[in-house]
Amino acid sequence: MERKTKINAEDDKQELVITREFDLPVDLLFKAYVEPEIVEQWMGTKVLKLESKNHGSYQYETTDPKGNKHLFNGVIHEFFPNQKITRTFEMENTPFGVQLEFLSFEKLTNNTSKLTMHVLYKSVALRNQILALPFAQGINMAHNRIQDILSKHQK
Amino acid sequence: MNLRRDVFQAIADPTRRAILILVASQSMTAGAIASNFDTARPTVSKHLQILTECELLEQEQNGREISYHINAKKMKEVADFIEPFRNMWDDRFNKLESIMKTYQDKK
Repeated sequence: MERKTKINAEDDKQELVITREFDLPVDLLFKAYVEPEIVEQWMGTKVLKLESKNHGSYQYETTDPKGNKHLFNGVIHEFFPNQKITRTFEMENTPFGVQLEFLSFEKLTNNTSKLTMHVLYKSVALRNQILALPFAQGINMAHNRIQDILSKHQK
Repeated sequence: MNLRRDVFQAIADPTRRAILILVASQSMTAGAIASNFDTARPTVSKHLQILTECELLEQEQNGREISYHINAKKMKEVADFIEPFRNMWDDRFNKLESIMKTYQDKK
């Protein structure tokens, strides 16, 4: 399958750029960021608050497989329908600090659109740690799979 | 017997995985790495030795101290470092796309 989502993270820079093209008109893509019920579905999170306007704020809550709750929040600095959202993002009770996100929504054709997510972190080290999070979870999962296979062999 | 360390055997250990995550963002001395664990220093040294033998870590001599940093090339063999992050977003965006297509059809 074609890799639609691209990540550009240059060495020694405290930022990254995520780009993705969608088979959706730009207004539908934008709606997926604004309607709480829709955000909940694709982000796999509960939306506690989402004020999509200049100087609004938001708070999400996710529950991990162990049942622990994690909170995320941020403020919306700029909100231009079907064009851009500038906001902060922070995972509560973690050492990662706040990040600044520039989301731009672009019409490509009547039925296709492009999202560019430009994210700035406080330092290069913090950016790399956040990039490494899914990697760390991945090796944990791979390890669990290996253990499952091994324990089945032992029986 | 072949004593060459196997990469997957190396990352199967939780302490060694924790060490890889620690040094993923910056190069660290053995002492600094050990200070993050309750385990005895020689145990941490043994883990560092294993990770170095299978080339997941590289040593760097800084005066009297040896510091360790991740060998990005070797890590790529295990799993591309950024790939899981990209996958996470790709999954989310795939979901977004299919949800909005259904939404569009309903209108």
